[in-house]
Amino acid sequence: MNRVSLPNRSTTGVSSSAATAQFCGHCGEPSDGGADPTSDVHRRCGERLAMEPPRYCADCRRRMKVQVTPLGWSAECSRHGVLAP
Amino acid sequence: MTIQANIAESDKTSDETTPAAVPAAGTGTGYGILETARRQVLEDGIGLTQAQLEEVLRLPDEALPATLQLAHEVRLKHCGEDVEVEGIISIKTGGCPEDCHFCSQSGLFDSPVRGVWLDIPELVKAAKETAATGATEFCIVAAVRGPDIKLMNQIKFAIDRINEAVDINIACSLGMLTQRQVNQLAEWGVHRYNHNLETARSYFPEVVTTHSYEERLDTCNMVKAAGMELCCGALIGMGETLEQRAELAAQLAALEPHEVPLNFLNPRPGTPLENQGIMDGKDALRAIAAFRLAMPRTVLRYAGGRELTLGDLGTREGLLGGINAVIVGNYLTTLGRPATADLNLLVELNMPIKELQKTL
Repeated sequence: MNRVSLPNRSTTGVSSSAATAQFCGHCGEPSDGGADPTSDVHRRCGERLAMEPPRYCADCRRRMKVQVTPLGWSAECSRHGVLAP
Repeated sequence: MTIQANIAESDKTSDETTPAAVPAAGTGTGYGILETARRQVLEDGIGLTQAQLEEVLRLPDEALPATLQLAHEVRLKHCGEDVEVEGIISIKTGGCPEDCHFCSQSGLFDSPVRGVWLDIPELVKAAKETAATGATEFCIVAAVRGPDIKLMNQIKFAIDRINEAVDINIACSLGMLTQRQVNQLAEWGVHRYNHNLETARSYFPEVVTTHSYEERLDTCNMVKAAGMELCCGALIGMGETLEQRAELAAQLAALEPHEVPLNFLNPRPGTPLENQGIMDGKDALRAIAAFRLAMPRTVLRYAGGRELTLGDLGTREGLLGGINAVIVGNYLTTLGRPATADLNLLVELNMPIKELQKTL
C-alpha cells in the first residue's frame, strides 16, 4: 500500500509495514509489532483487511475517512495522509 | 485473491457443470418438491408459494446439486443466458440516522466507519471505470433515511455529469422517498431504484426499529407506479428462521421487483449483529435456488457478503444455480472479489454479459 502526502499536512511519507505499524488498521488496537507468528489478537484482523480497507491510521489510530469505489479505495488520515492500495 | 467458502471442502458440490451440460433436474430425484417445481416453475413459469419454498429450504444436502440445477434451468428458460453486471458506489457514507442492525453506516452504533461524501469528479471517474468492465448499471447509494434537498440537487448534478461522460444506466438508492422525489428521479432518467425489504415482515422489527416495513413498501410501490424499475433485495443470515427466509422470498415475489439483490450478512464491527455467525454456505446456496424458484423471471443478483459466505467456488455454484447478475468489484464499505475474477468466470461459464439497453 502507498501512503501519499497531503498538501500542507504533515505526513510520515512512508508506508507503515506490519513491523512498524503501531496500531492495527482494522480494530485500532495496538499492533503486535510484526510478531511472527502473528498474535491471536490480530490474526482475524489480518484476514479482514484482505476484504476491507483499513479504518484506523496505523501511525496514530485516528479513524480515517475511507472512500470505496467499485474498482478501488482510499483512506485518509487527517494527520498522516492518504493510503491507497 | 482466492477466497475460501464457508463450506467444508468435502461438502462442496460439483463445479464441473456448465450451462450447456446441465441435465434435467427434478425428474426422478425422489424429492417431490423438485418434481412440483419442475412442472410449476420451469414449465409453467409460476413461482413457488411460501409453503413450497419452506420445503425447498429444508431439502437435505444431498438434494442441493439437483436443486441448483433446476434453478439454473429456470433462469435459462425464463431469463436467458445473459448476466447483468453492475457497479455500486456510495456518494454519502456513514452518519445514517436509522438503526438497521446489520449496517456499519448507522450513526447510532459505535462503528469505525466515518462519515464522508464523494465528490462528483470521483463519481464520474468511477462510472467510467465501471462501464469499462462491461457493466451496464451504475448505482449511486447514500446512507440516509431519505434524501434532503441538498442530496437531491447533488444527485441531479451527478446524473447529468455521468450522462455526459459515459453510456451506462444510472440507478439510485437514497432511502425512503416522497412522491415528489420519486417523480423527480424518474424525470431525471434514473433507470432503476433500489430499496430493499432486507428481511421478512415478521422479522423486520428485530432488525430495524427506526422505520417500519410498511414505510419501505410505500417507497417500493411509488417507484413502480412512476415507471422506474424496482430493485428490492434481501439480506439473509441475520438470525431469521428458514420459515422467515421463505416468507421474505414470497413477499418479494408478491412485490414483483425487476431485480432482487441477494446479500449475505457480513457481520460488521460495532453493529448489533457483529457477533452473528457467518451463514452456512450450503444454506446460502439453497436460498439462492429458492429465490429463483420463487421469482423465475426476476434479475437475481449476487450482492454483498458472498465472498465471505460462499467464497470462489460458491460464487460459481450460485451462477449455475439461479443467479443471473453480479455486482462487480467492491461494495459500499467493504471489498469484493476482483472484477476480473468475476468477468473471467463468466467467460469460462459461457455466460455473456448483458448489453446496454436504455430503458428510460
